[in-house]
Amino acid sequence: MSASTTQALPARAPRPRRSSLRSWRWSDRLVYLLAWLSGLSLCLVAAALILYLGVRGIEYVSPSLLFSRPTAGVDQSQIGGILDPLLGTLLVVAIGILLATPTGVCSAVWIVEYGRPRWLARAVESSIEIVAGTPDIVIALFALTLFQLGAFGFLSFTAQGGGVYGRSFLTAGVAVSLLAIPPVFLATRDGLQALPGHQREGAFALGKTRVASIRRVLLPGVRPNIGTGVTLGMGRIIGDTAIVFLLLGVGASQRFDFQGGTPGLGALRGTGSTLTSYIYTTSPAGEGNAPQKAYAAAFVLLLMVLALNACAGFVSARGAGGRMSFGDRVRFGAWA
Amino acid sequence: MLERLRHPWSDRRAELVLGAAAASVCLVIGLMIAFVAVRAWPTFAHNGLSWLGPGGNTEHQIGKMLYTGPHPPASAYHLSAWPLIYGTLLTSGLALVFGMTFALLAAIFLVEFAPLTVRRVLVPVVRLLAGVPSVIYGLVGILVLAPFVGNHVISPAQKRSVEYVVQLDGTGLIVAVVILTLMITPIMVALIADALSTVPTAWREGAVALGVNPLRATLAVSLRAIRPAIVAAGAFACARAVGEAVMIAMVSGGNAFTPKPWDGVVFLFEPLLTLAASILNNADALSAPAVGSTMNAFALLLLFSAFVLSLGSYLVKLPLRRYHAGLR
Repeated sequence: MSASTTQALPARAPRPRRSSLRSWRWSDRLVYLLAWLSGLSLCLVAAALILYLGVRGIEYVSPSLLFSRPTAGVDQSQIGGILDPLLGTLLVVAIGILLATPTGVCSAVWIVEYGRPRWLARAVESSIEIVAGTPDIVIALFALTLFQLGAFGFLSFTAQGGGVYGRSFLTAGVAVSLLAIPPVFLATRDGLQALPGHQREGAFALGKTRVASIRRVLLPGVRPNIGTGVTLGMGRIIGDTAIVFLLLGVGASQRFDFQGGTPGLGALRGTGSTLTSYIYTTSPAGEGNAPQKAYAAAFVLLLMVLALNACAGFVSARGAGGRMSFGDRVRFGAWA
Repeated sequence: MLERLRHPWSDRRAELVLGAAAASVCLVIGLMIAFVAVRAWPTFAHNGLSWLGPGGNTEHQIGKMLYTGPHPPASAYHLSAWPLIYGTLLTSGLALVFGMTFALLAAIFLVEFAPLTVRRVLVPVVRLLAGVPSVIYGLVGILVLAPFVGNHVISPAQKRSVEYVVQLDGTGLIVAVVILTLMITPIMVALIADALSTVPTAWREGAVALGVNPLRATLAVSLRAIRPAIVAAGAFACARAVGEAVMIAMVSGGNAFTPKPWDGVVFLFEPLLTLAASILNNADALSAPAVGSTMNAFALLLLFSAFVLSLGSYLVKLPLRRYHAGLR
């Protein structure tokens, strides 16, 4: 009953009718026109980007390219396919998101549900803000210095002189996990803060402990938010170039380079490439000079980003209450 | 052991575990600042404040550092980073100015004027543009925009006029700024649109009811109310622009040249290099101690600017928080 008595405000003011636009001043009409133009030009840019890469991609992508390994060669007809970078991307994303999800979700739960001592909570929030604003190249430099310490030799490999190489899928995965922590944290925190108070109170009234209410009531309630955050975090990791370029070694062949005998661990401790580092190296900027391969890899990468974006949009729209709210209210949140 | 984990956790234990996870993020940030600062120290110690000043070609100076051995003498650290700092300021400043204008208009359109169908397209578009990897923007820049500018926009006479100083091949200031603007605009649109949609509808309706046209109402009421959020969006986007390494390394020409505004139109086509892009370009020389230290000094400068920008946006946001607290 109380819901019907509180009048829901309309989402926004009624739009001007066409006739009223004529009564506007010229300067206002110009600004209005520019606003339309800038909105439409954003759409145009996105369409141009997708169409251009799509045309190039269909031109150069073939099953044999996707399923053959890169080889060393001087010409772009000789350097093989993109199987290794593709698998490398999946590997780095898997390691990064496996580390970032628990860290981000735990931090968010701690901030919202406990958050004491206050100074530590504030420090955690601002450090996540700093992580979000830190350039990835700085994270890459820091991670390289850190993982070249002797204590971290087990993550990559130790050269004969005792120096640690510091570059491997494991070290790159740990470093990129920093990129995914902010979106996961922000999405989870916003979700927890938006949960209605009676859910918590109901759980406590039933005699649940704090942990039990977090596990059985709160976390299931924010599952869509966590999903959105994780998907966005995966997008961040997939798109990162600087960290994988510095931490996966600048190998000319782009192939997986195994370290040690153990099959699984050998790949993790070894070096390789991802789609982004492959594009950078094969572009004219990276001496590879194989634009066809770069276009093909960029098309595959763009498809992955599109798919992740669609996933995140779908998950967050479902979380916000079904189809009704999709696009009706402008809300970006962790997207920015 | 596993049996004990399966038992329900006590609240105390959960608080400690969750708190430890949260504190680990702080720890990583602390370690990062400490590591970068320690490794950057030698270059600051040997150069003093002249490190920030102009003097000579930075790329050549870094090239000389390569062969100074494992224990370089103090003279090996000689560097003047001004060309790179200038390049960073120039590209991010210009991109911020253009991007902010563009983003304000687009955000107003998105929140206030777009018909529902257009909005349903525009929201995913902004999300996509904010998520496109920088290497893809860089690839399009170096393979499409730069050749276009090099072949059709720069005239042969302009190329000849600066021939003896620098080669103009299309990669340079204008392409870098255009793509950087494209990269940071969606971020700002998202942040500003989020802030705009939190402005209470009644405020704007009040203005419209007084006879102000909807556009004026938005400019005078909504934009005024979210000024701190606009500054914060600008600061965040600026931090992104300053730290952008890959795209700039691809399209800026890779030459630590300082574009000179008094060169006229040619200014727009001159190559440059930024701090972040320089780190990426020298990635394979990091094991030389002098180069490693210099690169960490660049990184420290980037960290410092990101910190200042984030602190600035926090300080600007404070009044907004009080504003909203007063509303409740």
